[in-house]
Amino acid sequence: MHVLETKNLTLSYGEHIILDQLNLTIPQGKITVLIGSNGCGKSTLLRSMARLLKPASGSILLDGEMMIKLPTKEIAKKLAILPQGPVSPEGLTVLQLVKQGRYPYQKWLQQWSSKDEAIVQHALQSTGMAELSDRLVDSLSGGQRQRAWIAMTLAQDTDTILLDEPTTYLDLTHQIEVLDLLFELNEKEKRTVVMVLHDINLACRYAHHIVAVKDKAVYGSGKPEDIIDRELIRDVFNLECEVVPDPVFGTPMCVPYGKGRLMNGVKKNDIHIHA
Amino acid sequence: MRKYASVRAFRDRISFLIDRKAFLYTVIFLLFLGVVFLISVGMGEQLFSPWKAFNIMLGNGSSFESLIVQSFRMPRILISILVGISLAVAGAILQAILRNPLASPDVIGITGGASVAVVLFLAIFSNESNALTVSIHWMPLAAFIGATIVAILLYLLAWKNGLSSFRLVLVGIGLWALTKALTNLFMIIGPIHQAAQANVWITGSVYGSNWSNVQILAPITIVLLLIAFIMTRHLNIQELGEDIALGVGARLERQRFSLLLLSTGLIGSAVAFAGGIGFVGLMAPHIARKLVGSSFGNLLPLSAIIGAVLVLLADTIGRTVFLPIEVPAGVFTAAIGAPYFIYLLYRQRNA
Repeated sequence: MHVLETKNLTLSYGEHIILDQLNLTIPQGKITVLIGSNGCGKSTLLRSMARLLKPASGSILLDGEMMIKLPTKEIAKKLAILPQGPVSPEGLTVLQLVKQGRYPYQKWLQQWSSKDEAIVQHALQSTGMAELSDRLVDSLSGGQRQRAWIAMTLAQDTDTILLDEPTTYLDLTHQIEVLDLLFELNEKEKRTVVMVLHDINLACRYAHHIVAVKDKAVYGSGKPEDIIDRELIRDVFNLECEVVPDPVFGTPMCVPYGKGRLMNGVKKNDIHIHA
Repeated sequence: MRKYASVRAFRDRISFLIDRKAFLYTVIFLLFLGVVFLISVGMGEQLFSPWKAFNIMLGNGSSFESLIVQSFRMPRILISILVGISLAVAGAILQAILRNPLASPDVIGITGGASVAVVLFLAIFSNESNALTVSIHWMPLAAFIGATIVAILLYLLAWKNGLSSFRLVLVGIGLWALTKALTNLFMIIGPIHQAAQANVWITGSVYGSNWSNVQILAPITIVLLLIAFIMTRHLNIQELGEDIALGVGARLERQRFSLLLLSTGLIGSAVAFAGGIGFVGLMAPHIARKLVGSSFGNLLPLSAIIGAVLVLLADTIGRTVFLPIEVPAGVFTAAIGAPYFIYLLYRQRNA
């Protein structure tokens, strides 16, 4: 069963084609991570799957239905997206932000039903933001702020969540905090998570399914253990590296070549690696 | 005490989350508006205490006192309040759709459009002896048309595969400069005495308001205000940015268009009766935001009341302190507003 599927999807900005005739499936109930070099179109792909960008041609299917034919509010009840680096207006509390995830369910006079309240509370609990719900979003740390936004997408009560680089601008501690949270949401609540990540090692650690994008097309997709190797990294990122098992998780870990102070623990005097 | 109260009726079909602090502020400012109202009714060449003013309003005064209060002061006060409400709510809406805290009716040229229309109106419908050839009562209509034309221009020029906030602001500032230039041009070309008349109008004054003005403006303001309150959750979502708004299923273009239309209606009708009273649309939402934050359910009512207080205070001072000279209300709103604007710019620079 596929939640999201693209059929001959072509995306472009004006005349400039970003992705050409793409066929892709996103497995249900899994964490899928899109990887690729800067500007390869992975974010564009994610945005188009959330109907933020209209395809030049081809189509996107959500639960087997043509997305373009679904009312936008119905899509919002099935699929939530957290874009990259969202900015909240000054003076908004966490609760006021998270509450807005209920937008597709609200009506003129019905803006805070018991169900709204229960789901917002649940979203705050599962992101660990319940204690901070009266705080202003501006006053939070980067990691907390990102958790608040994730809570808002959770309040949308969708089976599928799309996130565009949810760890950008976060230090390592907060990156892990956010990714662990998404992992738990997938694990406990069986939500399908699709995200763009820059860090391949973290991608391998959390993703069930990886999609590598290169040259306007999907270069390869599958389990990280099956597809991430030297060749893929060389072709997709144009980078020479060793792929070794992650010492903690055993998942593939890329150790890139390049310049550095030491080589194999010793000072490298005249060793030159030509990548 | 809990910070929020859930209000629910009819099996949640009517349900809101009320922020207690915001509710409290709204009540306090409403009371404050009431006090300013009574003081304003009592002030003028004939001075009454607020208590006396209250009694006169209830019909317990002499016929002379009633005449002063009912026929001269009340309409003017009510127009001030309505205009303040309209400008403040329009400002708050513009700040949301443009996602810019410095946006206001003045800055994006809508008020300017009304000014051009008024100057043109005075120039076209005058004969050689400087007398108007049509009734002055048509001037509000001219102002409204001017505001609407600029809003339409703004929309058309900013449109490019959709309506981006950024383009709206830039095009708006361009239009503002253009209307300013046109107003000056027509004033210089036109006869000198009209320039004076036009100038009072452009500064913004509620001088000479009467009950028929109130009868026209009140229903318009009330209807538009209700629509604004219905649209609060759309305003809230717009403030989170285009991607978020589209993501939760908002029909962004349509909402932006109707919100722009709504604010044009509010500005146009306010400007039509009170001229270009400046800075209220900027200041009132800002002060409200400082007090209750940026959730529109809290922000709109408080902005409206603060706007009403500002214009009413400005006009009360203007018509009493410098007697027998009347100073237009717009002079005072600008006198507080301009430094406030500079302060905001300064703060933004340091942010």
